[in-house]
Amino acid sequence: MIALSTFASEAPTSLVQAGGWFLEKAWIIPALPAISFVLILFFGKRMKYKGAELGILSIAVAFILAICCAGQWIDQVNNAGDHSESQQQEHGEDHEALVKGTQMGDSNEIEMAAGEDYLAFGSTGEDESHGSVGIQPVVEKFTWWESGGRTFQVGIMVDGLTVMMLFVVTAISLLVHIYSTDYVSGDRRYTHYFAFLSLFSSSMLFFVLSENVLQAIVGWELVGVCSFALIGHWWEEKPNSDAALKAFLTNRVGDMGLLVGMIILFWAAGSWSIIDINNAAIGHEIGHSTLLIAALCLTAAVMSKSGQFILHTWLPDAMAGPTPVSALIHAATMVVAGIYMVARLYGVFFEGYNIAGSSFNILALVGSVTLVGAGLLAFVQDDIKKVLAYSTVSQLGYMVMALGVGAWTAAVFHLFTHAFFKAGLFLGAGSVSHAVHSFDMKKSMGGMRKFMPTTFKTFVICTIALMGLPPLAGFWSKDEILVGTGGWGLFGGTGGNGSYVFALVMGIIGAGLTCAYMTRVVYLTFFGEFRGDTHGHGEPHESGKRITIPLIILATMAVLTGFLNLPLGFLTGDAAGWQERFGHYVEPVATYFPLISHGAPSWSLAIFSTIVALIGVTAAGGYFFVKVKAQSPAATELANGLTSKSRVAKAGHTLLKKNYYLDHLYTDIIANGTKGPVANAANWTNQKGIDEAVNQVGKQTTRAATFVYEKIDQNIVDGVVNLSGRASEGLGETTRTVMQRGKIHQYAAIMFAATIIFAGLLIVFV
Amino acid sequence: MYLVQFLLLSSVLFCIGIYGVLARKNGVMVLMSIELILNAVNINFVAFGTMTNNIAGEVFALFVIAIAAAEVGVGLAIVLLIFRNKRSIDLSTIDSMKG
Repeated sequence: MIALSTFASEAPTSLVQAGGWFLEKAWIIPALPAISFVLILFFGKRMKYKGAELGILSIAVAFILAICCAGQWIDQVNNAGDHSESQQQEHGEDHEALVKGTQMGDSNEIEMAAGEDYLAFGSTGEDESHGSVGIQPVVEKFTWWESGGRTFQVGIMVDGLTVMMLFVVTAISLLVHIYSTDYVSGDRRYTHYFAFLSLFSSSMLFFVLSENVLQAIVGWELVGVCSFALIGHWWEEKPNSDAALKAFLTNRVGDMGLLVGMIILFWAAGSWSIIDINNAAIGHEIGHSTLLIAALCLTAAVMSKSGQFILHTWLPDAMAGPTPVSALIHAATMVVAGIYMVARLYGVFFEGYNIAGSSFNILALVGSVTLVGAGLLAFVQDDIKKVLAYSTVSQLGYMVMALGVGAWTAAVFHLFTHAFFKAGLFLGAGSVSHAVHSFDMKKSMGGMRKFMPTTFKTFVICTIALMGLPPLAGFWSKDEILVGTGGWGLFGGTGGNGSYVFALVMGIIGAGLTCAYMTRVVYLTFFGEFRGDTHGHGEPHESGKRITIPLIILATMAVLTGFLNLPLGFLTGDAAGWQERFGHYVEPVATYFPLISHGAPSWSLAIFSTIVALIGVTAAGGYFFVKVKAQSPAATELANGLTSKSRVAKAGHTLLKKNYYLDHLYTDIIANGTKGPVANAANWTNQKGIDEAVNQVGKQTTRAATFVYEKIDQNIVDGVVNLSGRASEGLGETTRTVMQRGKIHQYAAIMFAATIIFAGLLIVFV
Repeated sequence: MYLVQFLLLSSVLFCIGIYGVLARKNGVMVLMSIELILNAVNINFVAFGTMTNNIAGEVFALFVIAIAAAEVGVGLAIVLLIFRNKRSIDLSTIDSMKG
């Protein structure tokens, strides 16, 4: 604790137990969709709307309850700040430890009192912005079974992080439910689809609320099963069922890591409880190497579930499922289970990787490699959903990297904002594909902005949020992550927990890449001429209300959510109270959370990353517009029309516009036959300098991305996966032909021989 | 007590049993060999039980006899069915379950 105390500005004066009806009864939230799952399964087909109404109803009620939980939690935090003593409530009926006052001193004084589930200890330091009062989460639990002196419990643990996730999961699930009633209407397994949406929501909420890691494993596996079932929703087509299997089996690899890691933690901490494990890790009751091994095992689980390099291959394939499922499961909620797990057991990772004060660890490395690698891969995809899938992988890389560098709040905040705009992007892509019956941007899309204005607008808003351009949501969360790396310290800013320069560099490169590939997507989908074929259905048209309204809501969230966590020092005077609200309410101030320090926001970094983002937009935009121009006069005409008319060009792409006018000027000069030295010089500059640079950037990026995709992703990464498959197949084949020949006598001989060998070993060694 | 003699007897029986299981092709003979193995174990149980004055040895032997009876019943039924289907109880021909 002495080393840690250097981070703490102030010790808490007291610890307050949070309470309240909605928080204590939060188990109702996952229970509702679970009930709805069973009911839809048995009675869904006989209902008027085939079970969809039940699913929507249950998730809507869960959503309202989640909002009530959030309100109550915020209330608790506010009250705790005001009157720490008066808020202490008795919880006599369960055996929660109610901790009053402060136990000053070092961690050696910790005693695990019998019957108490957790215990406050030591000096919980925190930042000035968080007041000086710690808040204990609401824990409600009962004993599931006892065996061999060990108690296995089931229960809920509610704190700010949980409440945030409850809100995100129920909100997006509700929107996806509504969207799906249109999107999959008339599907042959409509009822089955809604049943699984309910089961998924239920298991994700169960996972989020879990009080101990055993329960978390159950929830983790349940969401995996739902993901499998929904990816393979149209299992009649072979690629879909293959994709489902691939997702499931790739996840198994990481699940092994999860199991091993959790079991190590159980034996090290002597308890399954998340709070106990975190306390033990932070209090240095567990040896450092044990923690490191456990953290590495859990990192493997994160790599599979949250699609990190090298186990990310399942996530793009998972796009074989229906689009709303991609939005809900493979972009916004399930894939962040890994992030959530790290955030929940942050004590283990923080201490195990020694995040504070170091400048390198596996978690940050995995995250940053994923973030750039997946960003490059997104360039060469023609399937709009695959681009978004790689984009998701890349953004998850941001979150993992942020957790790896100690920027806990930034990671969780990015999870929060990303959920909304990425769900918006996926649903938008689904809306487009609903109109053109295809996902191929190059063959079936183009010029969609004329046909689908609402989809276009919401898609562009979500895209800008994803690009991280101010003032939309992605900017605030991405910027916070970049600040959290602490690498900017080299240039005059102040850092967070260590100086992770490589993470900062990768983060900025990733920001540029994100902008470039998203510009490409928007260009290919919404601009240019319509290249598709509607098979005689006339022109594509805007989707119905049940599709567009969720899109509008998500786009609104993509604009607004960023303001929840304005950086410190951004506002002054009375408005200063609105800074860092998200961090204030979500980040736990309690003993089970490590003492992380927060980097100070830096204007120069924010401006620099925005400039990089704009360069990304310009380079990709320039590349596409120049290329189109060179190819056909008609396309040039269209591009002309685009820059002078489109609202996007006015709103966000001013630089792009300027670049284009330069080019326009140049063509006019050539067309007029002016061949003076100025024109020649301008021509040369334009051709060799600007155009060439833009072209080269585009070409090289495409080449690099193609190389990464074809050679590294397809050959090496997939090759390793295939090799492991082939190796086990070969082993099985050998075993089958040599050992399993159906000769009973041979079996008996092997059995006796083995018995004799083991008996011999027993005699010799025991 | 002549414990060594009992142990020698039981190990000889056990070896004969194993030889029978491994070398015989006739299903009935294999079942009989298994009985020999079980009885070798029984002799050990009784011998050790008597030596240590512990009734548990005899009790276990009785259990083994009961289980062996059940097992041989099932085994013979299987052999009978195999004979009905294949007109032979040569175990080396029964390999349709191989991988």
